[in-house]
Amino acid sequence: MGNHMRASITICAVLLTAGTLPAQHEYTPGDVQDGQRLFAASCAQCHGPEGDAVPGVDLSHGKFKRAASDGDLIQIVQKGIPGTAMPPNNFNEFQAGTIVAYLRSMSSAVAVSASVPGDAARGKAIFEGKGNCLNCHRVKGRGSRMGPELTDVGALRRAIQLEQSILEPDAEILPQNRFLRVVTKDGATVTGRLLNQDAFTIQLFDSKEHLVTFQKTGVREYAFIDKSPMPSYKGKLSTQELADLVGYLTSLKGIEAK
Amino acid sequence: MTARKILLVCSLFPIAAWSPVAWSQVSFDRILHADKEPQNWLTYSGTMQSQRHSSLSQITPENVRNLQMQWVYQARSLEKFEATPLVVDGILYTVQAPNDVIALDAATGRIYWTYSYTPAAESRPCCGRVNRGLAILGDTLFMGTIDAHLIAIDAKNGKPLWNTTVAKAESGYALTHAPLVVKDKVIIGTAGGEYGIRGFIAAYDAATGKEDWRFYTVAAPGEPGGDSWKNDAWKTGGGSVWVTGSYDPALNLTYWGIGNPGPDWNGDPRPGDNLYTDSVVALDPDTGKLKWYYQFSPHDEFDYDSVQVPVLADMGWTDKNGRTTQRKLMFWANRNGLFYALDRTSGEFLMGKPFVEVNWMNGFDEKGRPMRVPGKTPSKEGTLIYPGNQGGTNWYSPSFSPRTGLFYIPSWVNYSSIYVKTEQEYVEGRTYGSGVPRSPVPFGRNAQNFRKEDEGYGAVRAIDAKTGEKKWEFKMNDVTEAGILTTDSDLLFGGGREGYFFALDARSGAPLWKASVGGTVASGPMTYSVGGRQFVAVSAGNSLFTFALPQ
Repeated sequence: MGNHMRASITICAVLLTAGTLPAQHEYTPGDVQDGQRLFAASCAQCHGPEGDAVPGVDLSHGKFKRAASDGDLIQIVQKGIPGTAMPPNNFNEFQAGTIVAYLRSMSSAVAVSASVPGDAARGKAIFEGKGNCLNCHRVKGRGSRMGPELTDVGALRRAIQLEQSILEPDAEILPQNRFLRVVTKDGATVTGRLLNQDAFTIQLFDSKEHLVTFQKTGVREYAFIDKSPMPSYKGKLSTQELADLVGYLTSLKGIEAK
Repeated sequence: MTARKILLVCSLFPIAAWSPVAWSQVSFDRILHADKEPQNWLTYSGTMQSQRHSSLSQITPENVRNLQMQWVYQARSLEKFEATPLVVDGILYTVQAPNDVIALDAATGRIYWTYSYTPAAESRPCCGRVNRGLAILGDTLFMGTIDAHLIAIDAKNGKPLWNTTVAKAESGYALTHAPLVVKDKVIIGTAGGEYGIRGFIAAYDAATGKEDWRFYTVAAPGEPGGDSWKNDAWKTGGGSVWVTGSYDPALNLTYWGIGNPGPDWNGDPRPGDNLYTDSVVALDPDTGKLKWYYQFSPHDEFDYDSVQVPVLADMGWTDKNGRTTQRKLMFWANRNGLFYALDRTSGEFLMGKPFVEVNWMNGFDEKGRPMRVPGKTPSKEGTLIYPGNQGGTNWYSPSFSPRTGLFYIPSWVNYSSIYVKTEQEYVEGRTYGSGVPRSPVPFGRNAQNFRKEDEGYGAVRAIDAKTGEKKWEFKMNDVTEAGILTTDSDLLFGGGREGYFFALDARSGAPLWKASVGGTVASGPMTYSVGGRQFVAVSAGNSLFTFALPQ
C-alpha cells in the first residue's frame, strides 16, 4: 500500500466529517487486503481484475464517470447507480471504504514485467512451448486439467498476481488450488486437487483427471501438500519473455459466445 | 359403488382412512410438565428447562441406521430456515421465513393452513430475515415478527387474534426468536443490537396482547446497573435478545441471555461494564423485576452476545472444599468461548472453563469476573482474538443429557477474528458497529470447502457438566450453525453447514447414521411421536425434513 492512497483516504475522511458519512479511518494494509477480496468477489466480474473493463472507467487510475471523491465512491459501491448495470451492494460503509482503499492502492503495485510491453502472441508460444505450461494447465480445451484452468484467468487475476504466481508459485496458493494426499486403508496413495471435504467424505481431482470421492472410513490418513506443484520460472525466463507470458495470460478472458 | 367394490377399496387401504387426533388445549400446566408428554414438543427448547433432551427412545443406537425420510416441507423462502417446530397432538406448527406460520399433519406433512404475514418494508434485522419459532397457550400460537410485532394466531384456523407493536422497526428493532409463555403471559425480547437500540424484554397478556411489564436490558441512570454506563451511551446500548429463555416454576424465575453492547467493536464511547449486556438475567415473570444477573463478558468489544438458551438442571455439585450438595444449576456455553455453571437460585458463579481456544481473558476473580488480557482489544490495525466474531458457539441450541451428564456444544474450533475498531456516530436506524471483524483466513462461506484444520472447523463437543472437561468431540470440516438434540436412548442428533443431518452415540461421539440433506442445518433438531411412532425433524437449507423407522 502506498502513502499516496493513505493520504487520499485521510483527506477524504476529513472532508467527510462535515457530511453525513461518519467514517473516519486510516485504512491499514489488512483493510486493503480485505478490500481486495471484496473487489475480487463482487466487482471484478464486471470491472475486470484491473478495474478497466467498463468503457470510460479505470478504477485503478482514478478515472470515474460520476465520482469526485472517495466518499462518492463509497456511496456508489453501497447504493449502486440507478438505471445502470452498477447494482447496490450489501456492504457497510467500512467495507465499502476498504474497497475504495484497495482501488487507490492498485496503481502503486507494478509488475516487473510491466517495464517492457508484452506480446500476447509471443507469450502464447512460450506458454505452449518452452514453458510447458499445458502439462498442468488448460486453456480453451487444450492442456491438462490438473492445475488451475486458465481460460478466463485474465478476467480474474491482475498482471501483478499472475507474475507472482509464475515467479513464486508458493507465495499465494488460492484455497481452491490446494492439493491433498490421501492414503487409503488398502495402501493406495492418491494425490490430487481438493474439490471438497466434509465430516465423512473427501472429493479430489486426481492425477488421472478423475473426479473421485473417498469415504473417510476407508482412508488411513490424508494431508494437505503445502508446497505448490508448480515450478518457479524465476531465472528461467527473460524480462521480455515474462512480459509476453503475462500479456498472454491477461488476454485470456474466457470463451466467447458465437 | 357396489359393496364389493367398497370392500376392494378398503382392502387396498388397510390403514384407517380417517384418524382424527384428540387435540386438547395446551394449558400452562401441560407446558410446565412437557417432559410427561414426550410425543409433543410444546416450547422452543422442548421443556422449560431447555435441555433439548427427549425421553423418547424408540429410535436407538442399534436401529438408528434404519431411519428413513418420511416427508419434506419445502419452504417458499430463500432465507435460512432456523425455526424449531412445535408439535401438539399430531399437528406440527412451524414458521417459514420471514413470518409465515404453517400448520401441518405431523405424520404426513400435509398442510392444514398457512398464515402469511408481510413485515413492514422498514424492518431491517441485521443478520437474516429469519424466525426461530412459535409459542403456544390454549388454542393460540404466538409469533414475533422481524418488524417487531407480536402476533397471536388461532391454532385451529390460522387467523390472527391480536397484533401488538412491540417496538419501532425503523429504529432497527426486530423480533426473531420464539416467545416464551409463563402463566398467562407471553414473554419476548427485542433484537437490534447492531443498530444502537436500547433492548428490552417484555411480557404481554396472552388473551389481549396488552403489555404487562417491560425490563430494559440496558440500565438507565438511576436504575440498578445504570452506573455501568457513562454519558448517554445507555441510550444506544444494544442488549438484544436473540433466543428464547427458560423458566423455573419452583423459584418462579425466568432466565434470559442478553446480547452485545452497542457499538459492537469499539468500547470507547461506552466506558463501564455496560449492564446487562452479555449477561444472563433472572426475572420475576409476574412483574419483570430483576432478581439477579451474571455478566459473562463485562464491557464486551467482540460481539460476544450471551445469545444462548439458559439450560437448567438439578444435580449434585461438588464445591471447592469437596462438599457435594444437591443444587439448582444453570449451564451455559457462551459465545465468548467459555462453559459456565451457575447456581440459578442466586446467580452464584460456580465454574467457568474454556471449551475452545480463548485469548481475551485468562482467569476469573473470586466473584467470577473474567480477567482481561492486556492488549487483547480491538485496534485500528486489527487484533487477533480467539474465539472470533461468531464465537466459540452462537445462537444454536446446545443439549444436556441428564443420563450422560454431558453438555453438548455446537462449537467453532481454532476460530479467530482480527478485530478492527473505527469511529462512528449513531444515526437512528443505521448499523452502529464502529468496527469490523476480519477473517484471518481467505474464505467465508463456500459451497465447496477447502479449509485446513488450523483455519477453523466445526464440532460437536461433549463437556462433562460437572468439571467442564471435554469428553469427546465429533469433527466436521466446516463450521456449524446446527443445534443439538439428545434422547433417552443416548442418541445425539446434529448437523452443520456441510449439509448432513446425523446421529451420534451420545456417550462416545461415534457416528451412527447420516442423511445428506443438501443444505446447511441452521436450526435445532427436535423429536415427537404420532400414533406411537417416533419422528425426528430438522430444518436444513430451505426445507423441513422428518425421519422415522420403517413401519
